[in-house]
Amino acid sequence: MNAALAQLPALAVSHLALAAAALLLALGVAVPLGLAAARRPRLARIALGMAGIVQTIPGLALLALFYPLLLALSTLVGARMPALGFLPSLLALALYAVLPILRNLVAGLQGIAPGLIEAANGIGMTPSQRLRLVELPLAAPIAMAGLRTATVWTIGAATLSTTVGYPSLGNLIFSGLQTETWPLVLTGCIAAAVLALAADGLLALVERGLATRRRGLVIGPGAIVLVLLGAALAWAAWPAPPVVTIGAKTFSEQYILARVIGRRLEQAGYRVRYREGLGSAVALRALEAGEIDAYVDYSGTLWSNAMGRQPPVDRAAITRWLAARSGVRVIGPLGFENAYALAVRGDAPFRSLQDLAGAAPRLTLAADLEFLDRPEWAALREAYGLRFAATRAYAPTFMYRALSGGQADAIAAFSSDGRIAADGLRVLADPRHALPAYEALLMVAPTRARDERFVRALTPLVGAIPVERMRAANLMVDRDRDKRTPDEAAAWLDPR
Amino acid sequence: MTAPALRWAGVAKRFDGVVALDGVSLDVPAGQFVALVGPSGSGKSTLLRTANRLVEPESGRIELDGADVAVEPAPLLRRRIGYVFQEIGLFPHLSVAENIVLPARVAGRSAPDVAELLALVDLPAEVAPRRPDALSGGQRQRVGVARALSTGARLMLMDEPFGALDPVTRDALATAVRALHDRLGLTTVMVTHDMAEALLLADRVVVLAKGRIVADAAPATLLAGEAGAEAAALVAVPRAQAERLAAMARA
Repeated sequence: MNAALAQLPALAVSHLALAAAALLLALGVAVPLGLAAARRPRLARIALGMAGIVQTIPGLALLALFYPLLLALSTLVGARMPALGFLPSLLALALYAVLPILRNLVAGLQGIAPGLIEAANGIGMTPSQRLRLVELPLAAPIAMAGLRTATVWTIGAATLSTTVGYPSLGNLIFSGLQTETWPLVLTGCIAAAVLALAADGLLALVERGLATRRRGLVIGPGAIVLVLLGAALAWAAWPAPPVVTIGAKTFSEQYILARVIGRRLEQAGYRVRYREGLGSAVALRALEAGEIDAYVDYSGTLWSNAMGRQPPVDRAAITRWLAARSGVRVIGPLGFENAYALAVRGDAPFRSLQDLAGAAPRLTLAADLEFLDRPEWAALREAYGLRFAATRAYAPTFMYRALSGGQADAIAAFSSDGRIAADGLRVLADPRHALPAYEALLMVAPTRARDERFVRALTPLVGAIPVERMRAANLMVDRDRDKRTPDEAAAWLDPR
Repeated sequence: MTAPALRWAGVAKRFDGVVALDGVSLDVPAGQFVALVGPSGSGKSTLLRTANRLVEPESGRIELDGADVAVEPAPLLRRRIGYVFQEIGLFPHLSVAENIVLPARVAGRSAPDVAELLALVDLPAEVAPRRPDALSGGQRQRVGVARALSTGARLMLMDEPFGALDPVTRDALATAVRALHDRLGLTTVMVTHDMAEALLLADRVVVLAKGRIVADAAPATLLAGEAGAEAAALVAVPRAQAERLAAMARA
């Protein structure tokens, strides 16, 4: 908790830098577009319509959509464009911020009495004089209201940039949600809210200065805003010392393993940062693109999802396939499996998936956010004829809660999850071997494949983590009482 | 013979296919006060607005002091012409004084004497720092006139300048404008739908109907019924009213 709070200032600055850059970009798009659209009703309809459609896309989805978009664009122009981190976050947030700025600017300009435009023309103003002396001052109050809305939205939505690997206050929120460290979630939310309210307050002062034509009120807060913007942008644009980036997917084990890898690399003299909360497909592609330098994935996931093959899983074939496809190097298995397995409460009358299949039509299955779309689920249904009355997707933490709380009768659990033992759950046997093996594999990016110092730092982890220790480490983070951070669990798991 | 201050020669304009001006020609000598009169849709406002190019004609030619108005950029032309219109168009975010000096500021000239201009339109200097919305309608239009005069324009174009004012204010302001015209030696073209106002103020009344000039005469000639049927019909209304009023006064 304290370690996480120590990141707060850096995350807040990074957060602010992103929001500021996105707002500046949105202004750069929306202001010229608004000026052009104000006197062209057709253009106004089209522009506002498109900006409105963008608004209907959920923020998380919009951010995620930029990942394949930027990848495709990179291939198209032949240059490597960062598809994770700052760029997709910037573009998605800027797109979001365009609508309120554009809509209010157009409304402000269209609301000016025609007589005033006629007077401006009549006394011999050029179009640019008319804009500067008449139209912008008169549209300013409404336009400023739009900018304020956009600012509050953008600062709030910037928390989502964590999911594409840009550090923001969302880091606190997402890792807090994952590990059920509610003070961390609250800290992230409150910090974002304070930033949003402060920015809104400053802009409100500017707006009042514009309305009452008090230069001090415009220049003072305006200068503060500009200085803060400049500082945040300079901080963000400052060339960072070379660092390695460790990826992690969306569950506790991944957070812990990322720290285990990171600690090893720090001991070898690297500067380390983390990109956490990546989806399965995003993580592998990010590794292949060199946007993350290392992460742990599971053989079954790679086999079924990336390679599209049926069980049984062949680790050597995966290693060859990855090397040939993109140059990703598999350092080796960590020594434990984290397979998908269906689990039920300890008092349930089922021993195997076969037992479950008969009763399934009366039961509810809870799964994590990915499982129901994965080939493993299709294979299970195929092999056992599983048909549940309902299936629900949860964040992993809440999935266990749903089972113990009775909202679900079976869950798609992970075999390395500490909560299986802690909650007294029963893992159902898989006599038809429909579920593939899920060995945890440590993999490094093509750019690190021949970096011997890097590889040497990680090689000792091969075979070093038995499943009992992984379960125990997972439980430390997931349990309700005496909770540990992923950092502390990593130190316990790999003490050196 | 010197060129007229303002000349329209065969000016035509259509809006969406509807004829607004049908080849209008009119010469306005320097120093004259001309009223353009006619029913709604007669083209009188359109004709006026072609002079400062708020409306661009389709064909024909307009000359200001002998020079084609189309040759220079419209803003430069408009800075030499005073323009007063019904909506007044005072900028609500600027004070009275700022409104008055705006044409000079826009033209990059030194600021005129605001107090003197306010005195010219019979307004006290105290109104200078106020916002337009703190003034009465009549005061606002006086500021509008002061603004039109502020760059020393010799030509005044007025489009229903008193249209939104109550009758008493309207009469006072009309008298003041005519007095300014005489005192400053201006050339004035004023659009009005009120024939009585035109007859009482102008040196010359030009009647338009359906985009054409149907009468062009001095007020006395119009009143004598010697300017054609359309003009006679327009004159008949105020004359009948005046006669009835006079009859009531005698009774």
